[in-house]
Amino acid sequence: MLVDIANLRVTFPTPRGPSAAVRGVSISLGAEKLGIVGESGSGKSLTARSILKLLPGNATLAADRLSFDGIDILAANERAMRAIRGKRAGLIMQDPKYSLNPVMTAGGQIAEAWRAHHKGSARQARDAAMDLLAQVQIRDPARVAQAYPHELSGGMGQRVMIAMMLAPDPELLIADEPTSALDATVQAEILRLMEDLVARRGMALILISHDLPLVSHFCDRVAVMYAGRIVEELRAGDLTRATHPYTRGLLDCLPALSHPQPRLKVLVRDAAWSA
Amino acid sequence: MRHRLKALAAAAASVPITLFGLVLVTFLIGRVMPIDPVIAIVGDHAPPDVMARVRLELGLDRPLLVQFGIYLNHLLHGDLGRSVMTSHSVVHDIKQFFPATLELAIVAIFVATVIGIPLGVLAATRQGSRIDTVVRVFCLAGQSVPIFLLGLLCLVIFYVKLGWAPGTGREDVIFAGTIPPVTGLLTIDTLLAGDWDAFHDALAHLAQPAGVLAYFSMAYITRMTRAFMLDALAGEYVITARAKGLSAARVVWRHAFGNISVRLVTVLALTFAGLLEGAVVTETVFSWPGIGQYLTVSLLNADMNAVLGATLVIGISYLLLNLLADAAYTLMDPRVR
Repeated sequence: MLVDIANLRVTFPTPRGPSAAVRGVSISLGAEKLGIVGESGSGKSLTARSILKLLPGNATLAADRLSFDGIDILAANERAMRAIRGKRAGLIMQDPKYSLNPVMTAGGQIAEAWRAHHKGSARQARDAAMDLLAQVQIRDPARVAQAYPHELSGGMGQRVMIAMMLAPDPELLIADEPTSALDATVQAEILRLMEDLVARRGMALILISHDLPLVSHFCDRVAVMYAGRIVEELRAGDLTRATHPYTRGLLDCLPALSHPQPRLKVLVRDAAWSA
Repeated sequence: MRHRLKALAAAAASVPITLFGLVLVTFLIGRVMPIDPVIAIVGDHAPPDVMARVRLELGLDRPLLVQFGIYLNHLLHGDLGRSVMTSHSVVHDIKQFFPATLELAIVAIFVATVIGIPLGVLAATRQGSRIDTVVRVFCLAGQSVPIFLLGLLCLVIFYVKLGWAPGTGREDVIFAGTIPPVTGLLTIDTLLAGDWDAFHDALAHLAQPAGVLAYFSMAYITRMTRAFMLDALAGEYVITARAKGLSAARVVWRHAFGNISVRLVTVLALTFAGLLEGAVVTETVFSWPGIGQYLTVSLLNADMNAVLGATLVIGISYLLLNLLADAAYTLMDPRVR
């Protein structure tokens, strides 16, 4: 088991006492593609980032079990976490405009990721960066390596981000809404690229999204989160057999070309879901 | 790169225009003020014919615009006129007084930067901790305690009570006139002369006023560094850097600090400019013979040539430092296009 989470809780202090953002999530993951779906604030990002212990400074992390390849994350110190971050598990965020360092070149940032976990000269790191840029199908790696993030398009930026996170050869890739900030046509390209790289390297993937059909198409397994809990977990192919009213409600809200409806259904929430 | 240099050239080209405006305004203020420069020279009780003659000599009977033209012409030939008070040429006076201010400002900004920036970074990385609170109170005090009070307290404690520091002024009287002026910076000139006793004396005299100014500037630099760093540390690229498995030091200094260094250069340049122009109070408290004191005394004595000259020097320093800050932005920040 690569990732094993039991009863994960993430809480934030507020003036009116602690507020729980993740309320007892249990999930495990092997070398597979897991999709986590949910609306904003459902706790899907926090759940995934708990694996890397990259939570906001004021968050409190608790769990019955939280381990990565047998390593107890809860007990691990910063030093131990640094050996996991990047090296064994990478994180791709939503918008490369913000997640890339604006004053470092793309090549420099990739080379830095490579050098953080490989022994090698600056020259070797630069060559590795070029090679990685080619792997994420950038046509002119030499030019892009010299470019600053603001000179790249969103799709290019996200390719750079992927190259950077693949540099140390991790076993797990966490993609936190990697295509939400991109144009629809570019979204497909980036997803295909990720699918290809993950398959070729035999990596595990956690794909976080609020796009249920996309995730079910792309992943082996889907977990649906609502108000800090996993309300339903199913094989991607069984999505039509979902039983939880929230999942059903989400699916019903989607327009379908085969069954046109005069009015789209609206999701009616039940307070019992978040109890 | 080419259009960056072009932008920089445009900024540089605006300097003479701003300077011209500065000269014009200062000149007009000097002439419009209800102070008779003739009386400043000959005194209240001079006979009327003497007054008339001096008025004619000074060219004060001519139209204002012509007077300005003459002043400008002299200025372009490096002549700022003669000071009534010191009876030297203003250029000579400035050469005497400005290095004293420069020396004070350089030491102050150096100390303030070396302490202030790490302190600001430290406070930002430990936001909300006890260290952060201590740093913030320390800075708040530095910014809000009036500098004359701080200066006087220093003198009372370190000079009067403890006797650790020498009194006011730049050097002890026994060294006065023994050091040949080369740079005008006493600490360097004494070193050049190889006179260790004089060097120690100059350094001891410098310590208090420079310390007071450094504390004041450091408070500002620390506050700005802390605020910039908090902003940068909240950036997503910092999470990316941590997700790459980089060390905390590298995340803080390479990634977060790397993003604010250009803005800090601007803060430092403007703080330094502020020290050059705004050390008047400190110079007065410590009887430091700098440009601020020269300007104040000249103003009180209606010595308009001296006032104009000193204002110009301060204005030019300010403009040049501003230009330097612009240059830093244009050349260092890849986003400026």
